[in-house]
Amino acid sequence: MSTNAAIRNPRRPDLRALPAKTVGELDDRLHSAGPLRSLMNKVFPDHWSFLLGEVALWSFIVLLLTGTFLTFFFDPSMEEVTYNGSYAPLKGMAMSRAYESSLELSFNVRGGLIMRQMHHWAALLFMAGIVLHMLRTFLTGAFRKPRELNWMIGIMLFWLAFLEGFAGYSLPDDALSGTGLRIANAIILSVPVVGSWASSSLFGGEFPGMLIIPRMYIAHVLLIPAILVALVSAHMALLLLQKHTQWPGPGRTNTNVVGERMVPRYAAKMGGFFMLVFALIAVMGGLLQINPIWLFGPYEAAVVSAASQPDWYVMFLDGSTRLFPAWEIRAFGYTLPALFWPTVVLPGVLTILPMLYPFLEARFTKDKQSHHLLQRPRDVPARTALGAMAVTFYIVLLLSGGNDVIADKFQISLNAMTWAGRIGLLLLPPLAYWAAYRICLGLQQHDREVLVHGVETGIIKRLPDGRFVEVHQPLAAADDHGHGELEYAGWTVPKKMNRLGALAPTVRGFFFPIEKPAPRPALSRPAEAPVSPAVTPARQEIESGRR
Amino acid sequence: MSTQTTSRPAATGPAEPADPATARFELVREGARQDGVEIVHYEPRFPVPGTRAERRVERTIAFFFLLTALAATAFLAVFIWWPWQYESGSNLSKLYTPLLGLTLGITLAGLGIGVVIWGKKLLPHEVAVEKRHIGSSSPQDRLTTAASLVNAATETGIGRRPLLRRTLALSLLPVGGVAVAPLVGGLIQDPHRDGMLMHTGWDPKKNGDRKVRLVREDMTPIRPEDISVGGQITVFPGIPEGRTNKYADSPTLLIHLREPDAARARANTGRIPINKDAMYGNFVAYSKICTHAGCPASLYEQQTNRLLCPCHQSQFDILDNAKPIFGPATRRLPMLPIELDSEGFFVARSDYPIPVGPGFWERS
Repeated sequence: MSTNAAIRNPRRPDLRALPAKTVGELDDRLHSAGPLRSLMNKVFPDHWSFLLGEVALWSFIVLLLTGTFLTFFFDPSMEEVTYNGSYAPLKGMAMSRAYESSLELSFNVRGGLIMRQMHHWAALLFMAGIVLHMLRTFLTGAFRKPRELNWMIGIMLFWLAFLEGFAGYSLPDDALSGTGLRIANAIILSVPVVGSWASSSLFGGEFPGMLIIPRMYIAHVLLIPAILVALVSAHMALLLLQKHTQWPGPGRTNTNVVGERMVPRYAAKMGGFFMLVFALIAVMGGLLQINPIWLFGPYEAAVVSAASQPDWYVMFLDGSTRLFPAWEIRAFGYTLPALFWPTVVLPGVLTILPMLYPFLEARFTKDKQSHHLLQRPRDVPARTALGAMAVTFYIVLLLSGGNDVIADKFQISLNAMTWAGRIGLLLLPPLAYWAAYRICLGLQQHDREVLVHGVETGIIKRLPDGRFVEVHQPLAAADDHGHGELEYAGWTVPKKMNRLGALAPTVRGFFFPIEKPAPRPALSRPAEAPVSPAVTPARQEIESGRR
Repeated sequence: MSTQTTSRPAATGPAEPADPATARFELVREGARQDGVEIVHYEPRFPVPGTRAERRVERTIAFFFLLTALAATAFLAVFIWWPWQYESGSNLSKLYTPLLGLTLGITLAGLGIGVVIWGKKLLPHEVAVEKRHIGSSSPQDRLTTAASLVNAATETGIGRRPLLRRTLALSLLPVGGVAVAPLVGGLIQDPHRDGMLMHTGWDPKKNGDRKVRLVREDMTPIRPEDISVGGQITVFPGIPEGRTNKYADSPTLLIHLREPDAARARANTGRIPINKDAMYGNFVAYSKICTHAGCPASLYEQQTNRLLCPCHQSQFDILDNAKPIFGPATRRLPMLPIELDSEGFFVARSDYPIPVGPGFWERS
């Protein structure tokens, strides 16, 4: 590698050989060439649904970046101060130092407001990414053996992110978040036997006390993020170890991964996608106001405003709290508050049930095999229907979390909204199960139908006896009746003629063609759907109709 | 570096083809094979460099990179020179955050779109197949690892040395406590200390055994004539810090009922021993802290005499001891017994007779 220049003058460093020399020296010490190549050669299968988890990952990185900035200015202190900053409507008000520093961050720090808003939007996007990623993992069966552990880590990540979001949302100590914290206190109090002890220990005495904001701060910036980072790393490590799942398709089996290597193309797409997620958060943080704490005022125990809604990912629990009937159990001098069921038991069930689901499914289907090929939701109607049921349950709760706003905007009685939510929560999920199951079966049937009869061409043929029949394009060699014998391969069945490449390719170019149209095949007739010989005569009539 | 190159085994592949790029790709393919990856299809997007179509893609990408350069410059300019200090009223400073968001968004999106197009349109399209090692470790690995583990366990003799086993278990039990106690012990607070769950700022003990006055937000006391008929006001205990969050369970709603309503309310309070005589004239005072989750149940519907909690929509009937009539709340809002002191100001005759706010286990 040494060039002539270096030989001529050994004391003069050869700059061109420097990178290679550095890399060589590094490898002498780290022995990293092999692992690095192996990493670059990791094969990624591609599908749009695999992006959802990436949305969560990139949002998390934006959260770490913006959050670090916010810690430079936020002061998690409950010390009472009198506001004398630049936001006139609050001047002279008594408030906690935490709230004051949040106001300063919004008004008196250059670029502070956009950082705050980006942080908040990124948190909402993070949760949305997690939930959608979880749904696709569930509906496609990606959680099956051997990936049960990663599925469980994912559920832990969801709840940790939930807690992290709630803690962050509570820090500014404004009227809205203080009310949220008060409800959290009531939830802790509702736990049997240890509730009041847990509450007074967490708050360092009576609600709200002076300690909760500093404690939540350290949980929000150190404790929970550290666990999140560790779990995200474990999530990724297991992904590397077990490799990606993939959709079925040509050449794809349970024992391979078909796609493209990470470097260079996949890495470029991933990096670009990170920038796009970042861009979306930046635009939202700049243009869409979120959590305008200065409008809410400082937290005071006696103050609340109508339409107090938490962030969207907490809203389903708010909804369950609103819908649960007033069933308090009082016996032997002890009380079990109604609040316990929708806010402690329900989240508990929602943690344990999904964690066990992979094992329950394996048990019920007696399927102990390892699976690396995804399933189309339609091919597993029972699981898809369960998913639809869960989503419906969730949506009813989510809407009920804002039922006062819905009642207000649509002029509906609030009580009617609550009752609609209660009845809907019991009736709609089974209905959704049934509907999803039927839809899955219908889609399956249609797939089989196309495999047997072929694709609808849209061509109607009139037979000599006057009957009209639709012409189908068989997907493979057909028998005398036009019936094929194709096995369903677990992947998309083409259902339109242009999916078969039947139509002439489009000419590229937006304003003007940038390439010459492909030469048409030298046929007596213009290029058209290459339908099977059995139906060729039908074309004549259609063409004559067009001319 | 040079010595390393020579010492490395030569790549197995076609020997020295004329084109160095082909030779390099053969190395890439061989490396991939060693990682269990077979590149089965590798197709440059533009086999002939410099065609019109390729230049068009390049121009598109360049456009987005230029956009990024422009937007990034604009971002910096806005960040530095735009008036950013908050001023009330409609002025340029209101545009600071939106402009930052817009320019930063375009900066990042331009970069992102450019890189994605580069990847999708210029980089070669490939199909690679990676082998997947399905199932468990090899039987040999399993056997040897299990043997090592069992051997280690046997060597300790934990199975045949019951004395060690038992004393170890005995010693580890409290050690678990030692690990947890210092971390958790300092946090634990007795919820029954000073009756914090049972008493509020209205307790005369907080006021040197004198009855506590009902005061407004500005700590001024209240006379009956201060509240119009049908009106309501949030009151706080008239003690130092009485209206701060230190007494977060003390805020109370004082309501001046209309005559017929007051008669009904009086009849109803008579039915409940702890609320008997809690009214003063046509005035009632209920805890503002919802018995469901502790939000202020503060939306007073004058026409229907209902209190609504905006958090979870529990509704309470003012005329019937603040009984919950809809929503998730299960218990009445506690009623504060009120009277007038010698100067004619409202005072609380005693603390709330029952604990205020959300339910908990020890609450009978």
